[in-house]
Amino acid sequence: MSKTTASEPAPPAPEDQDLGAAGSQLSTAPTEEPAGLPSLGVIGWARWFWRQLTSMRVALLLLLLLSLGAIPGSLIPQSGQDETKVADFREGNPTLGDIYDKLGLFHVYSSVWFSAIYILLFVSLIGCIVPRTWQFVGQLRGLPPGAPKRLTRLPAHTTWRTTAEPEQVHSAALALLKKRRFRAHLAGDSVAAEKGYLRELGNLVFHIALIVMLVAFAWGQLYKSEGNKLIVEGDGFSNTLTQYDDFKSGNLFTPDDLVPFSFNLDKFTGTYERTGPNKGTPRTYQAALDYSTGPYGKDRKTTVKVNHPLEIGDAKVYLVSHGYAPVITVRDGKGEVVYDSPVPLLPLDSNVTSSGAVKVLDGYRDPQGKKEQLGFNAFFVPTFGGAASGTMLSQFPALDSPVLALSAYHGDLGADSGIPQSVYQMDKTNMKEFKDSQGKLFKKLLRPGETMTLPNGAGSVTFGKDVKEWAGFQVVQEPGGGWALTGAIAAIGGLAASLFIQRRRVWVRAVKGADGVTVVEMAGLGRSESAKVPEELGELAGTLYDRTPAAPDADGPADSPDPDPDPDQEPGHDTPVPAEGAEQQ
Amino acid sequence: MTLAAATNENLANISNVLIYSAMAVYTLAFFAYIAEWLFGSRSKVARTAAALTAGPAGAKQAPAVTANQAGGTAVLERPKVTVRASAGRRDVPDGPGAHGGDAQGDLYGRIAVSLTVLAFLVESGGVLARALSVERAPWGNMYEFNITFSTVAVGVYLLLLALRKNVRWLGLFLITTVLLDLGLAVTVLYTASDQLVPALHSYWLYIHVSTAIFCGAVFYVGAVSTVLYLFKDSYENKLATGGRPGTFATSVLERLPSSASLDKFSYRVNAAVFPLWTFTIIAGAIWAGDAWGRYWGWDPKETWSFITWVAYAGYLHARATAGWKGRKAAYLALLAFGCWLFNYYGVNIFVSGKHSYAGV
Ligand code: HEM
Repeated sequence: MSKTTASEPAPPAPEDQDLGAAGSQLSTAPTEEPAGLPSLGVIGWARWFWRQLTSMRVALLLLLLLSLGAIPGSLIPQSGQDETKVADFREGNPTLGDIYDKLGLFHVYSSVWFSAIYILLFVSLIGCIVPRTWQFVGQLRGLPPGAPKRLTRLPAHTTWRTTAEPEQVHSAALALLKKRRFRAHLAGDSVAAEKGYLRELGNLVFHIALIVMLVAFAWGQLYKSEGNKLIVEGDGFSNTLTQYDDFKSGNLFTPDDLVPFSFNLDKFTGTYERTGPNKGTPRTYQAALDYSTGPYGKDRKTTVKVNHPLEIGDAKVYLVSHGYAPVITVRDGKGEVVYDSPVPLLPLDSNVTSSGAVKVLDGYRDPQGKKEQLGFNAFFVPTFGGAASGTMLSQFPALDSPVLALSAYHGDLGADSGIPQSVYQMDKTNMKEFKDSQGKLFKKLLRPGETMTLPNGAGSVTFGKDVKEWAGFQVVQEPGGGWALTGAIAAIGGLAASLFIQRRRVWVRAVKGADGVTVVEMAGLGRSESAKVPEELGELAGTLYDRTPAAPDADGPADSPDPDPDPDQEPGHDTPVPAEGAEQQ
Repeated sequence: MTLAAATNENLANISNVLIYSAMAVYTLAFFAYIAEWLFGSRSKVARTAAALTAGPAGAKQAPAVTANQAGGTAVLERPKVTVRASAGRRDVPDGPGAHGGDAQGDLYGRIAVSLTVLAFLVESGGVLARALSVERAPWGNMYEFNITFSTVAVGVYLLLLALRKNVRWLGLFLITTVLLDLGLAVTVLYTASDQLVPALHSYWLYIHVSTAIFCGAVFYVGAVSTVLYLFKDSYENKLATGGRPGTFATSVLERLPSSASLDKFSYRVNAAVFPLWTFTIIAGAIWAGDAWGRYWGWDPKETWSFITWVAYAGYLHARATAGWKGRKAAYLALLAFGCWLFNYYGVNIFVSGKHSYAGV
């Protein structure tokens, strides 16, 4: 117990070389080389640059740069997320906006410099993984290195004397270590064993998985497509480019990539909190669909909710918005129906106060029999506060007391002008107002089932009893998701193995001492300093001790920890072995 | 319906009472910890200086560790394992803990831990009542995050204590911040209990948010020990170079574990949760894929989780890179925790993104 060491600084022992071999290759981490400048022309520089790029130090710097580079994107509005915010920002700060534009700060994550950081990082990563993989394969094929000369210098060490022969100790040690799943072999006068290769494997798997995830993500971005479609209850959709209201896609996307499917919206259901401070907050939001996949697929029923998209192949159908579509019937002066259709209106607030336009493009003739178009500005509230409330705004999102306000126009809607028009807005340039008896714009509040008669026998408008609902769907195709997920799972597994498993070596040396008694020495070395290595060594030593009967000690207790096999060894030469990062010294 | 609403309101009130009670008990525990430190200061412990002046750094030998002695049939004593500190590490013994070896201090320490256990149970009850009152996991807004977060942080601390890890010295620092956290929760962040908006209805909520809170609590424990490591390390440096630290610093730092132990502890803690943090982000991505139609969209919250993740990965790399161990790595760990904190508070308060709901 009382091994007091001398306090002089230890001169470097020549045996350090010897231990270096025993402690080497305990991982595949690259050695850090001094950053000496190259002298040899282009190739020398290239090589120097490559070595720098694939060094751990540069990997670390690149990692830090990556996190630093990600920050501005979280603070400055990004065009990929919110185009209007970017526009607002540009308007508010024109000079700053220009500078940001030049630096790509409105689209940080696709900017040149951000891409440069992560591409460099991944080049570095590949440059790091490839040699490490070969090195690891080499280590698996080779055998654990033999014992260093003096095991006492290792971080954990123990010794005892036994009556057994050295060969017996060796075979007992081999059997024991192999049973504990060490790779063990006899090298000279000692058994060398190693365990925990899974750590290295996990580490390599983790870094490779990072590459898989990046490639999958990039792939997904390039082939991504994303479209929106508003559908009124009872209507359908089939997945072709022309059917979308709007559509965005990645650079390599082609319309042929769209997954073939179609669906009908049977019913939308929304329920809302009735009481309490959060009155009006949506509680359920779901759309019942009838869908079929492929050109001749079978019809199936499903429900799409927030958080629960419908998945068809690579495509996912999300429920993203909802509103009301009053059914409007327009008759001309003779009572002929010229328009009969639900009109989807856009919500303006969380209580679904909505607005939109009804456009009668064809089939209407005015009382004189002249062809004309009709237009109505529509304003709709699902829950009207009553005339006394003094507001036209909706009081609740559900259809408790719906009211539709229409104002009427006639003339030319300009639909043939070739300029694309919003369905929800009326171009009033060539429209004339219908006038009421006071000469003001003709408008009316209607309850479901009510009809308003246009002035001068121009016809009538009926607000249908049944108010339909519409749902907005987003159809997203982002291939590579499965790969990204596989990569992510592999990354977690590899990471856990790399962080929780210790790679460590154990040596057992048994030699006959001068007095003819066998001296057993055991030592353990881990990659990092850890209580586990001595613990495990103690346990192994205990078992081996039980199998190799103890010899009575000549001079002192059996567990005297100082039978240094090297008799001419000065105690001061006992320099401890650097365990953590031994191979980096 | 109204009956259910009434019970829910009752439960919410019970929850509030429990949270306030827990704060009261934590305050008592806080004073008990203070007493532990005060009484501990009477004892004069100066192991560090003794250890550092006895020999050059690293050349000393730690006490031998007795190997496993189970299996009582052994004729003789089994061999003992000698352990050495690795090169470049000061071989300084751990301090005795806040009580400094003082019996009365130790008594107060035990009282403090008992009170912490009590407060933990009360607070858990408060969180549970809140969960029952809203009929969902109690993670819908920042008030709920905060009360759950401090409960989990204290739980982690108590778990480490139960596993007989030497962590009682963390107590005072932890309880101080728990009180701050709860104070902030009940004053600034309080939100009346309510159900979730549909976007939050998903079992990924349970998975993603619970692991996020747990990781935060563990990262927090790691950050506290990293800060203490930095203090202790400069203290040891000062002693090793013949300096004389002030009496207060001596009194406090002598009682903490050695800088090497603190460093190792914070590394273990951070490394142990890093895979779980990775999982948290991936679970979030899966949920985002279901809820928002893309699994990664650089939303501010996502971005800062990523930044935090990269910063911790940098820290782990720093530990494996020569020249970056020790203090430099510790600064990185603190930076990484700073990122986590900003993600938790800063992003919710200063940056608007898809993650801000239910009124902060
Ligand atoms: C995308 C960027 C990277 C991330 C997120 C990352 C992350 C990690 C993590 C979390 C560990 C585990 C730390 C440990 O085992 O203690 C690790 C280990 C390691 N990484 Fe990376 N890494 C990245 C890039 C690189 C690059 C570019 C290199 C090569 C220069 C590299 C080389 C290593 C090595 C050698 C280890 C093992 C260290 C050891 O054995 O302790 N990594 N990495």
